[in-house]
Amino acid sequence: MEAVEFTTPKTIDEAVQAMASKGDRARALAGGTDLLVQLRGGRRSADLVVDLKDVPELNEISYNASSGLTIGAATPCYRLYADANVAANYPGLVDSASLIGSIQIQGRASLGGNLCNSAPSADAIPPMIALGSVANVVGPNGSRQIPVEDFCTGPGRNVLEPGEILVSINVPAPPANSGASYLRFIPRNEMDIAVAGVGSAVVLDGSGQNFVSARISLASVAPTPVFCKAAGDSLAGKAVSDEAIEEAARLAMEDAKPITDMRGTIRQRIHLVGVLTRRTLNIAIQRARGEE
Amino acid sequence: MPGLVHVSTTINGNPTDFLCEPRQSLLEVLRDVLGMTGTKEGCNDGNCGACTVMFDGRIVTSCLVLGVEAQGKEITTIEGVASPEGLHPVQQAFLENAALQCGICTPGFIVATKALLDREPDADEGRIRHWLAGNLCRCTGYDKIVRAVLDAEEKMKA
Ligand SMILES: Cc1cc2nc3c(=O)[nH]c(=O)nc-3n(C[C@H](O)[C@H](O)[C@H](O)COP(=O)(O)OP(=O)(O)OC[C@H]3O[C@@H](n4cnc5c(N)ncnc54)[C@H](O)[C@@H]3O)c2cc1C
Ligand code: FES
Ligand code: FES
Repeated sequence: MEAVEFTTPKTIDEAVQAMASKGDRARALAGGTDLLVQLRGGRRSADLVVDLKDVPELNEISYNASSGLTIGAATPCYRLYADANVAANYPGLVDSASLIGSIQIQGRASLGGNLCNSAPSADAIPPMIALGSVANVVGPNGSRQIPVEDFCTGPGRNVLEPGEILVSINVPAPPANSGASYLRFIPRNEMDIAVAGVGSAVVLDGSGQNFVSARISLASVAPTPVFCKAAGDSLAGKAVSDEAIEEAARLAMEDAKPITDMRGTIRQRIHLVGVLTRRTLNIAIQRARGEE
Repeated sequence: MPGLVHVSTTINGNPTDFLCEPRQSLLEVLRDVLGMTGTKEGCNDGNCGACTVMFDGRIVTSCLVLGVEAQGKEITTIEGVASPEGLHPVQQAFLENAALQCGICTPGFIVATKALLDREPDADEGRIRHWLAGNLCRCTGYDKIVRAVLDAEEKMKA
């Protein structure tokens, strides 16, 4: 790795100042599981590494039954699945936090880093989108809120301007009778990059037999994570049935614009989107009904 | 050219101070600055687990931690696993079950295994295989390693 300077700000203001002082030559550090690999491999370079883990707002998880869950951007994955509120209310997030990398990687890797790294294959982004999450960003010109589906702009690219940091991600409180799920396809059981991934979230009515609303999002099938608005909206107001789920899966497949690479072909990936959309919707429905 | 940074940390229970460049990984610091070569380098990119150490109570790959991030932390390496009285039961079980050949992966497996058994003394085979999925071994085929971990569970209960 090239020589860099290193700083550990203790407040959001100090962090933004440090980031702004070097413009695009400053890189934020959360768990480092993407950044250190990229700096070492020469895929990114920086003059200043700004470690955000000592900033309290970036390193806490808080839950409130009305405002929902606030995940500090640098909080490692294991703290999500170790948190009783998250485990009880956000199984869709737990699905992805517990499949990112290995136990070692989950000890460091954050959801904020997953989002800011903006890989098309990022496993934590589809469930965040499905759950209607919002990114809280602060920079030299103040703060702004960005829906997670609008955050990524290309492979490794996003809306953050030089000097801006992601402070936290807000996930709305789960409505009554709601459930979510994330699944990815990889050729082995652990430690691989998604060939395709799907996150689904549903809200059912009190009977558990009808969809009130649904949101579906895809990984690894486009230059950015994909929000499949039409597929989710197609379920709203319909009775829960195989036909309704099949139609949503068909619409999600239409939104997939994958490439063929060493991990999979266009045809296989589109097929997988259909399979995983059906499966995640069914798991989300079970969870919404309290059956799982 | 950024200078050397002074870092104060605790390694295997001993307060330790060192100087390092911010670009250096904790793995480099352990091996090249502190001469603690028990922790191994395999891939240097987080995939193989040979460099696994305990970092504030969690296992991490030390190749993906900067040395400067060790400031104020508690680190346990493979050198901290045995006691003056003898090998740790996990180490003894790896020996008795021939769970190593070249041995490069072994320190990482042992640190990761100890972390698992300290918190889940009854982990079943499925849990063991899942926990150790971030540790690669190109020699043993894993089966002897899993047998050794199950044996270590028995030894630790005895
Ligand atoms: C062995 C291995 C296996 C992996 N497996 C998976 C996997 O299965 N699924 C998956 O999705 N990913 C995987 N990854 C990739 C990586 O672990 C994840 O993307 C992780 O969530 C990144 O989080 P981090 O905290 O380590 O980010 P970092 O590496 O610290 O940061 C990532 C990027 O985001 C920027 N950044 C971080 N935080 C902020 C912030 N608050 N504000 C602004 N910018 C910020 C950094 O500058 C950097 O560019 C794997 C990586 C490794 C090494
Ligand atoms: S050397 Fe660190 S994981 Fe391979
Ligand atoms: S014993 Fe050689 S890599 Fe595991």
